[in-house]
Amino acid sequence: MRIAVCIKQVPDTEARLRVGKDGRWIAEEDLPFRINESDEYALEEGLTLAEARGGEVVVFSLGPERVKEALRKALALGAARAVHLRDEAFLGGDALATGKALAKAIAREGFDLVLTGSQSDDVGYGGTGSVVAGHLGWPHAWLVMGVEIEDGGTVKVKREMESGLNEIFRTRLPAVLEIQAGINHPRYASLKGIMQAKKKPLDEVGPGDLGLDPAEVGAAGSRLEIVSVAFPETGAGAQRIEAPPAEAARILVEKLQQEARVL
Amino acid sequence: MAHAANGVWVVLQQREGRLHRMSREAIAAGGRLAGVIGGRAEAVLLGSGMGELAREVAGLDVAAVHVADAPALAGYTPGAYVGALAPAIRQAAPAYVVFPHTYQTVDYLARLAQETGSALLPEVTGFDETPEGLLWRRPVLGGKLHSKVRVKGGGTVLVSVQSGAFQAGGTAAAPAAGSAEVRALPGELSTLRPDREILEVEEVAGAVDLTKAEVIVAVGRGIGGPDKLGPVHELAKALGAEIGASRPVIDNEWLPRDRQIGSSGQTVAPKLYLALGISGAIQHTVGMKGSGTVVAVNKDPNAPIFNLADYGIVADVHELIPALTAAVKAAKAT
Repeated sequence: MRIAVCIKQVPDTEARLRVGKDGRWIAEEDLPFRINESDEYALEEGLTLAEARGGEVVVFSLGPERVKEALRKALALGAARAVHLRDEAFLGGDALATGKALAKAIAREGFDLVLTGSQSDDVGYGGTGSVVAGHLGWPHAWLVMGVEIEDGGTVKVKREMESGLNEIFRTRLPAVLEIQAGINHPRYASLKGIMQAKKKPLDEVGPGDLGLDPAEVGAAGSRLEIVSVAFPETGAGAQRIEAPPAEAARILVEKLQQEARVL
Repeated sequence: MAHAANGVWVVLQQREGRLHRMSREAIAAGGRLAGVIGGRAEAVLLGSGMGELAREVAGLDVAAVHVADAPALAGYTPGAYVGALAPAIRQAAPAYVVFPHTYQTVDYLARLAQETGSALLPEVTGFDETPEGLLWRRPVLGGKLHSKVRVKGGGTVLVSVQSGAFQAGGTAAAPAAGSAEVRALPGELSTLRPDREILEVEEVAGAVDLTKAEVIVAVGRGIGGPDKLGPVHELAKALGAEIGASRPVIDNEWLPRDRQIGSSGQTVAPKLYLALGISGAIQHTVGMKGSGTVVAVNKDPNAPIFNLADYGIVADVHELIPALTAAVKAAKAT
């Protein structure tokens, strides 16, 4: 079974963030980056399926040079090869532009299954995988909490719904499944894996390689433009209690009793 | 229907003949949007046997109800939904199509945008009129920051609106029931094909019903690990509270899934909600923002949870929790 896994490298949102000089995005210099959380689960799902059924995982990512770090990590975890959509023209895309580029790269090879995370932790459009599926003409599912490959070219999928419900359905393969965080337990890279990753192929492709005009991908090919980002105004927010823990706790309890009258 | 790009459509979500609560918020958003570009919003309803619900929707604040009623739409599948909506959107070319930002919507919205050549604008929390056109607000980076987004180019824009961003109902009195015209959504429905064979719907939530709790102590990723939960249980006991959690805690299996609060878990509204080590991602806050009094404790002073909390303490939760337990016990002893 040949499985493509699309991953995105995103800023570590646990890090201290600040708005960049032009105000359009956060300052990325000195920021730690990581593989997007739900993409880590997608990769683990792909690796587990390939191990159980035979086959291999090819990992795809679109982004600047730093993305190679994420791809190397995926190779260290067990992916066989990596494809880096590496060109200035690819950057700044919305889900439609990024999904189109990834679909073209995936379509150059034959795959039985494409996995990706359900949503990126940075811009969070949550649609890239569905767009990939649209371009490939395959079924897809978003927020996937279970994948069971069946004989006869079908897959049983568990999809998360709201209010604590899961829907279980069957669809045909090949398909694109957008994985929800929590579906499995992502592995850690072994020292052996890290050493092997250095020898695994990591190919770069540009728009020309995919038969794409630079104007139809990235920021130029996108319908959305982020004009500014800002921290939410804190004016109407919490009444801050500033004191050492024991004192803060005492003041809080007093306020909960006397102001809020909830204790 | 073949005018230039015009009008606002609102695609409602229903299940078994009942509207999803966020459908009404989507109508409110569509109404506001229609007020800006002119005209009134029109509702779109998909399903099977929609007659009664269509009449109910006709009584809401919409100018018309377009109904796609077909056996293939009895249950939701992206294949049939996109198959029903795409030709209608291409033909009528509404300026905006508004959706409630639900898991179901996200499941097919990108596909619909790609199929119709529309712009895809998910999870908006509001918009502003500017000389350069509309600027849309949406959260980024897990809700830590808000972005303002411009849509480039012409054609239809598909917008999903986040829960709580637009108040349903509004101040205007509802028009007389059944006043909007009900008509068929343009397009051929007999060829629609579901692309999923639905096998079953299972309940994830287990025994714990957090919706009845008067006090909830909720923990997030900041709690650090399952071995750190002892003091949390002690605090909950002192307060007579139930313990809840945000998604990362559940995904890491530090607590069972029936403790999850948020869009994938339970929606709660206790008198007192303590958010400990919870950053306040929108997926969590939609499940607790109806709470009476909210206390937030987080070591990050910029954590978005402080924006909706009544009381905030910037502190290490591991230091604060035992202190709080002691303070609660001391207060109850007097």
